[in-house]
Amino acid sequence: MKPGDTLVVEARDLDALLDALRERGHTLLGPTRRDGAIVLGEIGGASDLPAGWGDEQDAGRYRLRRRTDGALFGYAVGPHAWKRYLHPPAVVRWRARRDDGGFVAEPDTVPPPRYAFVGVRPCELAAILVQDRVFLGGPFVDPAYRSRRESAFVVAVSCGSPGGTCFCASMGTGPKAGPGFDLSMTEVIDGRHDFVVEVGTERGAEVAAGVPHRPAEAADLYAARAALAAAEGSMGRSLDTAGLKEALYRRYEDPRWDEVAKRCLACSNCTMVCPTCFCATVEDETDLVGAATERRRIWDSCFSQEFSYIHGGSVRTSGGARYRQWITHKLATWHDQFGVSGCVGCGRCITWCPVGIDITAEARAVTPGEGQGGRP
Amino acid sequence: MTIHTFEKALAEHPFFKDLPEPHLDTVVGCVANVVFQPGEFIFREGQAADHFFVVREGKVAVEVFVPNKGPVTIETIEGGEVLGWSWLFAPYKARFDARALNAVRALSLDGACLRTKCEKDPNLGYELLKRFTEVVVSRLEATRMQLLDLYGND
Amino acid sequence: MATTDATPVVVSASDPMRPEPFEVRHVTKETGDTFTLTLAPVAGARFRPFAPGQFNMLYVFGVGEVPISISGDPARPEILVHTIRAVGATTRAMQKLQKGDWVGVRGPFGTPWPVDQAHGHDVVFIAGGIGLAPIRPALYHVLLHRALYGRVVILYGARTPRDMLYPKELREWRSRFDVVVDVTVDRATMEWQGSVGVVTKMVQRSPFDPQSAMAFICGPEVMIRYAAQALQQRGTTDSSIFVSMERNMKCAVGVCGHCQFGPWFVCKDGPVFRYDRIQRFFGMREV
Repeated sequence: MKPGDTLVVEARDLDALLDALRERGHTLLGPTRRDGAIVLGEIGGASDLPAGWGDEQDAGRYRLRRRTDGALFGYAVGPHAWKRYLHPPAVVRWRARRDDGGFVAEPDTVPPPRYAFVGVRPCELAAILVQDRVFLGGPFVDPAYRSRRESAFVVAVSCGSPGGTCFCASMGTGPKAGPGFDLSMTEVIDGRHDFVVEVGTERGAEVAAGVPHRPAEAADLYAARAALAAAEGSMGRSLDTAGLKEALYRRYEDPRWDEVAKRCLACSNCTMVCPTCFCATVEDETDLVGAATERRRIWDSCFSQEFSYIHGGSVRTSGGARYRQWITHKLATWHDQFGVSGCVGCGRCITWCPVGIDITAEARAVTPGEGQGGRP
Repeated sequence: MTIHTFEKALAEHPFFKDLPEPHLDTVVGCVANVVFQPGEFIFREGQAADHFFVVREGKVAVEVFVPNKGPVTIETIEGGEVLGWSWLFAPYKARFDARALNAVRALSLDGACLRTKCEKDPNLGYELLKRFTEVVVSRLEATRMQLLDLYGND
Repeated sequence: MATTDATPVVVSASDPMRPEPFEVRHVTKETGDTFTLTLAPVAGARFRPFAPGQFNMLYVFGVGEVPISISGDPARPEILVHTIRAVGATTRAMQKLQKGDWVGVRGPFGTPWPVDQAHGHDVVFIAGGIGLAPIRPALYHVLLHRALYGRVVILYGARTPRDMLYPKELREWRSRFDVVVDVTVDRATMEWQGSVGVVTKMVQRSPFDPQSAMAFICGPEVMIRYAAQALQQRGTTDSSIFVSMERNMKCAVGVCGHCQFGPWFVCKDGPVFRYDRIQRFFGMREV
């Protein structure tokens, strides 16, 4: 078995794959159904997956719906992104104790967990690669991110049922997984219930070899391709990226941003659910006697008033300026910072915005005639 | 002889740069040479202010006397600049104190004399007003910057 | 881990996210709200060479951490000097530090003043208020290698004579025959015999060759804008003007996102920027 091989694993043998990962010391993480949504969590086996559940998504709207085919991965994406495990919402960077007037800052010595991510959508995989550029690609490599990333085993699952807010096809990040997975699976249900699996890495090959399987035949590959083609044709949104970066650079002072600000609550939901948003702050917490302190890195959002605070006041106080910062960063300046777009087209920001602000519509609004966005 | 010297001095001063010679000739008739000692007042707030000064050398402090604080310098004027614009508008009274910080050499121009000449020759008036407006605008901009108190604690 | 001895054994941090301990050797009160800390590494921490214009993140135990420009001599990095203005919780806590207290230091970070690029050119330093502090290391460097540069001009604006930073050094620099120092204040009382007015006026009358001079500007953004304009009016190109920017910083290594200014991270693409590159954003509101 080697990278590039394709094989078929029957749905009922999925547990063998999951067991194999657990035996290699990985903590299994995957989609589960909880609180009316499909969220990521620790899974014990295939029975923890949201079998037979799909989702309906639109601007400011998310509902689960029952499927009739028992698909294990029949939804698009939920509010959780895998960044919560690689770039956790709260991480202790160091601890220090006061000692004779002095102090010493020591790193967190808890070894990071070894994860297996089961059910990583192609858009999510692309998002992980984007965050790799942020945390591993610069002169500073984040040790917390690297240790979690290196050990994470990625089982990607192609999207069979893109959602109403999806536009991965526009962003070139799906519905088929790009490079970066250990294993990539496409769920095929047509009389049978199989996974057509592509091996991505050596360690993926090693795991797959031990799972009951048969080599993929032409019919299997055809079925998988058909599923992907169907998915590509059912995107809920689209975004024309041609010239988008330049257009946003030109539109810094566009009155549109003040218009959006009238709707935007600056609630920062979009930054919390976005799989590429990485902004964080630090919090120093000291015990009551002032003898020991802990520095934590915590997720932050450019939508908050304090985000840009320097003595005297914040640089971005108006809602328009803060919305502009987010969208311009995501779709324009990100390119110049990291060489790719910050957006992978997962649609979460549209779904989870309480007032339904649509990034594709906003982008289109400031690029009249230069691109199409919104609903196809 | 004196008139030629004044003409040269005026023509060389940045304020009168590019003023056509006929106008220079006209203005020269209102000019006198002045010297101030360190600490000497050039004009006082509220006094009749019927001169403006073309500073050639030295430094002048434009001051306001603030009760309980004393004199506060709000600007210093040096060689190459002009001082005084109250001659332009009635009641022709100085609005600030101006005090020489060191030995100041200047040319003083008689306001009444100039005003008469400007009424007679509006072209001259326009040329002078253009220059004064520029001075006032640049002082206003500077004052606004100072007003921002940029170095202060916000 | 600390032992029962007084001095804990400390690992030398290769982790730029962890502060190393430095001890306050000296505290100098500069003006009403500004003070200078002279620091030296302790407990196994090492001093780090820095380039003029760079900054450290300074940490007060249990209070917080802030970015502060290094204002000492880059030729003597073993003495770490920071001039600080008390404007918030952390800097006010720093104001209370005494000799012997410890401070956490991480750094140095940032893009420095291009002192090498200025070889053979007139150098004009324009500083406002506490902006003289991040400029001073570049000044030290230029004066140490004086023969490599053309005219050296220092233009400094402060609120009042009492708020001037480093007055003794300014007088020393002014007494040199190969340096021009011009100082102005926003307002003054009778004792002040110097200029009162704005920094821009000083630019207009300053003796440097605008065509070849390089300008280093540090101060409030409004001051930078007007100073750059005054330089432009004299014929200096925007690519010869360098400015030091300031933004909220948490990590100082380009991963927390706070210091973004347009597409740049002020902590690593700055704080020193070439003016022509950022001019477009400089004039924009709330960027």
